[in-house]
Amino acid sequence: MSADKLVSMREAVARLVRDGDTVVIEGFTHLICFAAGHEIIRQGRSDLTLCRLTPDLIYDQMIAAGCARRLVFSWAGNPGAGPLYGLRRAVEQQVPRPLELDEYSHFGMVARFAAGAAGLPFWPLRSFTGSDLPRVNGDIRTVRCPFTGEELAAVPPLRPDVAIVHVQRADRRGDAQVWGLLGVQKEAAFAAARVIVVAEEIVEESVLRADPNRTLLPGLVVDAVVHEPFGCHPSYAQGYYDRDNAFYVGWREISEDRGRLEAYLDEWVHGVPDRAAYAAKLGDRVGELRARPRVAGAVDYGY
Amino acid sequence: MTAAYTPTELMVCRAARELADGEVVFVGIGLPNLACNLALRRHAPELLLIYESGAVGAVPERVPVSIGDPALVTGSLAVCSMQEVFSHYLQGGRIDVGFLQGAQIDRHGNLNTTVIGPYERPAVRLPGSGGACEIAILAKRVVVVARQTRRSFPERVDFVTSPGFLDGGDARQRLGMPGGGPSLVVTDLGCYGFVDGEMTLVSLHPGVTLERVQAEVGWELRVTPELATTEPPDEDELRVLRELDRDRLYLG
Repeated sequence: MSADKLVSMREAVARLVRDGDTVVIEGFTHLICFAAGHEIIRQGRSDLTLCRLTPDLIYDQMIAAGCARRLVFSWAGNPGAGPLYGLRRAVEQQVPRPLELDEYSHFGMVARFAAGAAGLPFWPLRSFTGSDLPRVNGDIRTVRCPFTGEELAAVPPLRPDVAIVHVQRADRRGDAQVWGLLGVQKEAAFAAARVIVVAEEIVEESVLRADPNRTLLPGLVVDAVVHEPFGCHPSYAQGYYDRDNAFYVGWREISEDRGRLEAYLDEWVHGVPDRAAYAAKLGDRVGELRARPRVAGAVDYGY
Repeated sequence: MTAAYTPTELMVCRAARELADGEVVFVGIGLPNLACNLALRRHAPELLLIYESGAVGAVPERVPVSIGDPALVTGSLAVCSMQEVFSHYLQGGRIDVGFLQGAQIDRHGNLNTTVIGPYERPAVRLPGSGGACEIAILAKRVVVVARQTRRSFPERVDFVTSPGFLDGGDARQRLGMPGGGPSLVVTDLGCYGFVDGEMTLVSLHPGVTLERVQAEVGWELRVTPELATTEPPDEDELRVLRELDRDRLYLG
């Protein structure tokens, strides 16, 4: 594997995301890589199994664009602002195409990624007792503890073909650092066959080596590195730019109307060649969202 | 001292009072988020707010629109992965109170946030569990806020997303569920506790009649003999609450 994995988003998606793949673009509210989702839509990928705890606006858009066949998830709403209508149209009216649902709880999804990352055939957890979720999802089962005899819930591993993880900074080999909410990205990346790291900044390896506790992923598990500033909008990157809450709230009106959602995709996804053009098109909003600094003190790694 | 307030404001203020200083609370999305932040700024400065997003000891300067807001991180005590939040904190038995909002809640405190109607052909598709299923099973006690209508308070929910007392009695213990289940439900009409795993009206909000409450419940409601009137929010609670949700995103 080459030490320099830096490629454009277009090349990374063209090379590593295939029709029919199981794809994870993770990030719990924080660091959701909309830039990658948009590029997948532009390249017309189809029959994808999309996995995320919270499908969020990005999967609402990808589902409305017809990229998805199946959704694996645990909470499908617009956080703080109502339903995801693109997803609902697919489930309730099969528009633009039917969508199969594979539904867990958050802990269930986290446990699936953990099993995938650890190379185990299942992950035990204390959940689902008394819930109807196991009744509608045959992959939520039970296992008996060999030591205590206790019955526990068990879920199978989730092993995506591709995981896309947005980070604050990475080097050209894919060593990647994240701060702020960490979500389930580490587990998702280690569980995946191929990993794309997308970074706000590309830095020298020495910058990462100066603060190794902050490294989420080593280049060891990474196949491609993309430099994509502002790549998460309307999601956010701690220390770089804020969540665009007005956009999230406004999405309700856009997604509620199929025509408006399609017009949005035409203008903001198909209508721009890449993320740089998207950011340029957003204009002043980019500056309004820029984070005010809250810099942490350095620590001493000496011995 | 009392002041003019909306039913939602009363609901949030009453729910916030349920949190004791020094407790560890697992904060759910929606009104619980507002109630926990109100408690933190008023009577419970040592309340430890834990969000499923991984923020531990969050002290958000603005009320987060989502439970993954960057303001939950800035100044928090710790940020951990979601695997740790669910495994170490929740499953590890560190959570005193789980704080949830339900679309539907039934006679035995079971919550539905998945579907209205049959699962395969739902009349309404709701968001799903999120972390609510395991919070309901594992937290030492659970506080629920819910808007009350006959439709949202059926005898049995269409789908049990997050178990309460199941069929009542000692069903939770028999299934070996570690947490204690729901202890309080606060609606826009009144407050409910649980007796033998059955929802029981314990107080009516000021101006609300028992007949009105009964009209918005889908079963023969149990009422405590010591039925009280809910203490309305005072001016300071309302001031802090309205400051928190300046855009009235939650309060409407």
